[in-house]
Amino acid sequence: MEQVRAFDLRAIPLRDVNSALHAPDLSGEFVISHPDGAHSVAVGMDAAVKVTVDGHVGYYAAGMNQQAEIVINGNAGTGVAENMMSGSVWVKGDASQSAGASAHGGVLVVEGNAAARCGISMKGIDIVIGGNVGHMSAFMAQAGRLVIRGDAGEALGDSIYEARIYVRGEVASLGADCIAKEMTREHHQELEHLLKAAGFEGDDTSTYTRYGSARSLYHFHVDNAGSY
Amino acid sequence: MSHTTDDRARLGLRESATFDRQTIAAIHRAAETGIYDIRGWGAKRALPHFDDLLFLGASMSRYPLEGYRERCDTDVVLGDRHAKHPLHLDIPVTIAGMSFGALSGPAKEALGRGASEVGTSTTTGDGGMTPEERGQSKYLVYQYLPSRYGMNPDDLRKADAIEVVLGQGAKPGGGGMLLGQKISPRVAGMRTLPEGIDQRSACRHPDWTGPDDLTIKINELREITDWEKPIYVKVGATRTYYDVKLAVHAGADVVVVDGMQGGTAATQEVFIEHVGIPTLAAVPEAVRALQELDVHRDVQLIVSGGIRTGADVAKAIALGADAVAIGTAALIALGDNHPRYESDYRKLGSAAGFFDDFQDGTDPAGISTQDPELAARFDPLEGGRRLANYLRVLTMEAQTIARACGKGHVLHLEPEDLVAVTIEAAAMARVPLAGTDWIPGRA
Repeated sequence: MEQVRAFDLRAIPLRDVNSALHAPDLSGEFVISHPDGAHSVAVGMDAAVKVTVDGHVGYYAAGMNQQAEIVINGNAGTGVAENMMSGSVWVKGDASQSAGASAHGGVLVVEGNAAARCGISMKGIDIVIGGNVGHMSAFMAQAGRLVIRGDAGEALGDSIYEARIYVRGEVASLGADCIAKEMTREHHQELEHLLKAAGFEGDDTSTYTRYGSARSLYHFHVDNAGSY
Repeated sequence: MSHTTDDRARLGLRESATFDRQTIAAIHRAAETGIYDIRGWGAKRALPHFDDLLFLGASMSRYPLEGYRERCDTDVVLGDRHAKHPLHLDIPVTIAGMSFGALSGPAKEALGRGASEVGTSTTTGDGGMTPEERGQSKYLVYQYLPSRYGMNPDDLRKADAIEVVLGQGAKPGGGGMLLGQKISPRVAGMRTLPEGIDQRSACRHPDWTGPDDLTIKINELREITDWEKPIYVKVGATRTYYDVKLAVHAGADVVVVDGMQGGTAATQEVFIEHVGIPTLAAVPEAVRALQELDVHRDVQLIVSGGIRTGADVAKAIALGADAVAIGTAALIALGDNHPRYESDYRKLGSAAGFFDDFQDGTDPAGISTQDPELAARFDPLEGGRRLANYLRVLTMEAQTIARACGKGHVLHLEPEDLVAVTIEAAAMARVPLAGTDWIPGRA
C-alpha cells in the first residue's frame, strides 16, 4: 500500500507543492493542509491520484484538472475546477463564482451552495450542487449536465447551447433562449445517475425540472434582436 | 452608362461630403436588410498612422552604418521577466492571433511555415490549437480567450508562450461571432458546438473580472505550466496607458497592444470604424506606462494594427515597441485579395483589393474559409514561402532604415530618430513636427 504524502502549506511554498504534483508517473495519495485560502492549489494535475485539501482554498483550486480525484474539505473560491478535463473535484463546503467554468469533462460536486456563474461556458463537465446557485449560472453552457438541488438565481442558462440543467427548487428567472423541457425516462435515469454519483441518491427525480436551449437564437436574425 | 468625373463636373453634379455614395449605399443596405453590416478586416478609414512619421537619417551629426557590410541585428527576446523559457526570435515581426475556423487549416499551416522559416512566432486564435499549426510552428503562442473554445491544458503545455486576450483593436470590448457557414464538423468539434450554428465568443472571461483577478489568473497559468512559459496580455487600444499599467501589475511578461487598424474575421462595421484608437496614438501611451513603471524593455511591448512595411516596423520600434505583430498583411502575403481572383471577387460583389467578407467563408483565395473546395485552392507550401519572403522584406527594410540612422540593432531606434509631417501625428507620437522642435502639448 502506498503511503499518503503530506504537504503543509504553512511550511512548504505552493510552487513546490504544485511542482511535486506535476511529477512524471505520479501515483498514490496526497494531503495538503493549511491552504488558508491560497489560490491555485493543486492546479494542472494530470495523474490518477487522490488529493485531499484540508481547509478553505482561494481562486482556481483544482484548475484544469485531468484524471485526479481532488477533495476539498472546506469552501472554494472563484473558479474551482475551472476548465477541468477529467477526474473529479468534490467541495465539502460552498463554492464561490464560476465553479466549473468552461470545464470539458469530469465531475464537480459542491455539497453546499455555489455563487454566480456556476457552470458558465461549461463544455462537457457534470456539476452537482447540493444547495443553491447564483445568477447567470450555465451562461452560454455548451455541453454537460448541471444539477441544482436547491434554487437557481436570475437568468439561468442564458444563451445556453446544448448543456442540460436540472433544478429541484425555484428558478428566479430564465435567461435568453433557455426553456423548461420535458423529463423523459432518459432524463430521469440520467439525473438519478448523476445524483447517485454525487452521494444524493435519496432525491425523487420527479421533483426536478429540466431546462435547456430553445435553439431559437442559434442563428442571428434581426427578428430576435429584442432577445439579446 | 455611369458618368466619369469629368462628366459630373461638366453637369455640375456635386457629391455630398456627408452623404457620399458609400454612406447612401450603407443606408439603403440597412433599410433593405434591417441588420447591421458585418465584415472582416480592420478600420478602413484614413487615420493618423506611421506614414505620418519620417526618420532623420544620419548626416553630419550622426554616423550611419554601411548598408551591405556592417551588422544590424534584428533578434528580440520576449518574456524573460519570469519565464524559464523566454522566446528568442530572429526578427521582431511576429504573426498575430488568427483562429482555425476563421482561417482554413492550410492557411494556418502556411502561417506556421512562413514564420518558422524566418525564426519568428505565430499565434493560435479562438477555437484552440490544431496539430498542423503546432507541427509547423517553431514558436507558437497559445491564445487564452474568453470563450475558451478548444482550450485544454495539454495544448497549454505544448505552447511556447501564452497570450491572455482581453480584446483586440478591431473591437475592443466586443466578443466574436463566427457565422454558421464556417462551423464545419471539425470546427464544431473543436469548439464543442453543434455544426452550422452561429458561434458567439464571449467578450468577458468566464472566471475572472478586473485586474486583481487577472493577477491570480496569470499566477494560475504559471503554476499549471511550472513557470516555464512567457505570459502575454493582449489589449485592444483604448485606455492604453492604464491597461498597460494594469497588465504589468498583473504580472504580464509581454504586453500586446492592438490598434484599431488591426484586423478581425467578423465584426460589425460600426464597431470596427468607431471604437478604439489608432495604433500610432496607442504606442506612446503604452511606452509611457512601461517607463513610469521602470519596466520598459523588461516587459516587452508588441504592437499590431496596420503594420505593412519595414518602415512601419522601424517606426513602431523607434517609438518604443520591442516587436510588432502582423495579421492582415500576413493574409495578403498568403494571397488574400490577389488580382488573380478578380473574377471570383466580382461574382461575390466585391473586387480584388476590396474583399473583406471573411465572415462568409466564400474567400476565393481559400484562406478565410472552411469550404474544402475553396481551401484546396490554397497551397500551404507556396503560402509559407510567400509569407517568409514578405517577412524577410519587412526585416531588410527595417534594417535599411536602422543602418541609415546609425543603429547596430533595430531595437536601438528611438523617438529621437523620428519627426512627424502632420500636427496630429506629432501630437500622438510625441515627436517634433518636421523642421521644428515643436511637439504639440509640450512647452
